Amino acid sequence: MSEVFNRPELKESYGNYINGAFVAPVDGHYFDVTTPIDGSVITKVPRSNAKDVEAALDAAHAAYATWKDSSVTERSNMLLKIADIVEANHHALAAVETLDNGKSIRETVFADIALVIDHFRYFAGVIRAEEGSVSELDATTVSVNIKEPIGVVAQIIPWNFPLLMAAWKIAPALAAGNCVIVKPAEQTPVSICAFMELVGHLIPAGVLNVIHGFGPEAGKPLAQSPRVHKVAFTGETTTGRLIMQYASENLNPVTMELGGKSPNIFFPSVMDADDEYLNKAVEGAVMFALNQGEVCTCPSRILVHEDIYDAFMAKVVERTNAIKMGSPFDMSTMMGAQASEDQFNKIMNYIDIGKEEGAEVLCGGGAAELGGDLNSGYYIQPTILKGHNKMRVFQEEIFGPVTCVTTFKTTEEALEIANDTLYGLGAGVWTRDAHEAYQVPRAIEAGRVWVNCYHAYPAHAPFGGYKQSGFGRETHLMMLNHYRQNKNLLISYDKNALGFF
Amino acid sequence: MAPFFTNLHTMNRVDFTPEAKALMDELRDFHGPLMFHQSGGCCDGSSPMCFPLDEFKVGASDVYLGAVDGAPFYMSASQFEYWKHTHLTLHITPGRGSSFSLEIPTGKRFLIQSRLLSHEEIEALPEPRLGKQH
Repeated sequence: MSEVFNRPELKESYGNYINGAFVAPVDGHYFDVTTPIDGSVITKVPRSNAKDVEAALDAAHAAYATWKDSSVTERSNMLLKIADIVEANHHALAAVETLDNGKSIRETVFADIALVIDHFRYFAGVIRAEEGSVSELDATTVSVNIKEPIGVVAQIIPWNFPLLMAAWKIAPALAAGNCVIVKPAEQTPVSICAFMELVGHLIPAGVLNVIHGFGPEAGKPLAQSPRVHKVAFTGETTTGRLIMQYASENLNPVTMELGGKSPNIFFPSVMDADDEYLNKAVEGAVMFALNQGEVCTCPSRILVHEDIYDAFMAKVVERTNAIKMGSPFDMSTMMGAQASEDQFNKIMNYIDIGKEEGAEVLCGGGAAELGGDLNSGYYIQPTILKGHNKMRVFQEEIFGPVTCVTTFKTTEEALEIANDTLYGLGAGVWTRDAHEAYQVPRAIEAGRVWVNCYHAYPAHAPFGGYKQSGFGRETHLMMLNHYRQNKNLLISYDKNALGFF
Repeated sequence: MAPFFTNLHTMNRVDFTPEAKALMDELRDFHGPLMFHQSGGCCDGSSPMCFPLDEFKVGASDVYLGAVDGAPFYMSASQFEYWKHTHLTLHITPGRGSSFSLEIPTGKRFLIQSRLLSHEEIEALPEPRLGKQH
């Protein structure tokens, strides 16, 4: 009998979080938030507009006047306390995340919230050890480099790991001494409200603000504001371009993560033994089902060497068919609901496109009927399609529990297929051969190559994409530099004039 | 409304359903003329994005696929390489999208339905042009 979590009770509505408190939107409009578990309405959040964004900017700028001079110790200790409070409320926050996003409680407990806690602790640690630099350029000239925060930053967060994606952006921004305005995804605004209720009192008023609303109404005035000094975004390519455009109006720097079509490559040595490693490799292939496939790095293409295809894929299909679906509040459920009705329809569309293009359905291939209340939710069977890399299902991000498998004969062919994509976010390489384990990843055009593993996002391993997957690297101290400016002091100890004038 | 696909010489790469037109009419009342850009990538990607005309800058890396009820429809050229054998129909679905597409607040989301073009249709369709064409 596995543990079943209780469905959390939410407030009837939540406000924006501005200047240290929850406040109603200026014009008083709210929108309904639904759960994809059964399609029901769970709460309401503000439908903010430019007026609410201005209020947040006022608060952030006022706070920045003193926050920019805060010590690293003060900021580090704040982040540590935030982590402690999230940890003390681990299961409660996980349940809220499951309700809002639809993913299984197994994932929110062991992945989402666990990683949130660690992320704040990581950045709390790194900033205490940082230093600037000093160089004597000549006997009387000294160059001093000091890192200063960039100012007030705008962060637009996706819905696939709502609180974790917020933590990935908030932690480095606050660690570096900035004030932040976050616009959560309209599909999943709830967990950050629960988070702010728990930790808001730890953060000086105005340092961290949350504005809920729709992209065109709240996201646009935020990204476009001349009072913002940097914009960070995770989402899709067209919106990424649009945000870059808005930021360019103010010559603001941006970082963005825009998706992928990550190849998971299995070399013949994987099948050399029927051992724990082979078992791990089979699980590695089935990782396309993690988070219902709603991950930018979903291993949505499986590339298998033709010599091992039959034996390996037989195990992968068997493992996929064993995926347990059910109530996302049941700890034994492996795959939950897709995040919304439109996502559900889009994924189903792609399954049809795959079939129309001639792909063979190895397992799954349609909606999952879970019965009872769950019938009004958005559930899809984990699906494997067999085809070739020029099919649309091999090239476009489906963002669902669908993976496409093809074979290769040589390493060169594997690399050609792996790199034949517009994206370059993640990739997986599975081999027992020491040479392949280094040389293949070096030849793949992706920012994260998992070798003999997949879907691990520990802090201190930089994460980000090549090509149309965006730019900037998160989950590592290098992200701090995207939230800072370098102040160079060039000091002369020479008392004599140069002789020009 | 004229029936679609009756004449290869007047065939479009992108068409639209009555439901999509109704949503466009609703958006036009508030925002004026519209445009579309097909997005790739995660989250709300693999979906058409609707903007006020000229809100989104298109350029030499985008192809113009045609107009849907007067609204120009663009896609990135690199993405089009994989779409060139498909016909697109703009339709809608209920749902809560989360990008900057104009219809997000309405609780409906634009969606593309597609089918493979026949060999004759591919031959008959002109090569789409790059860059701003409206």
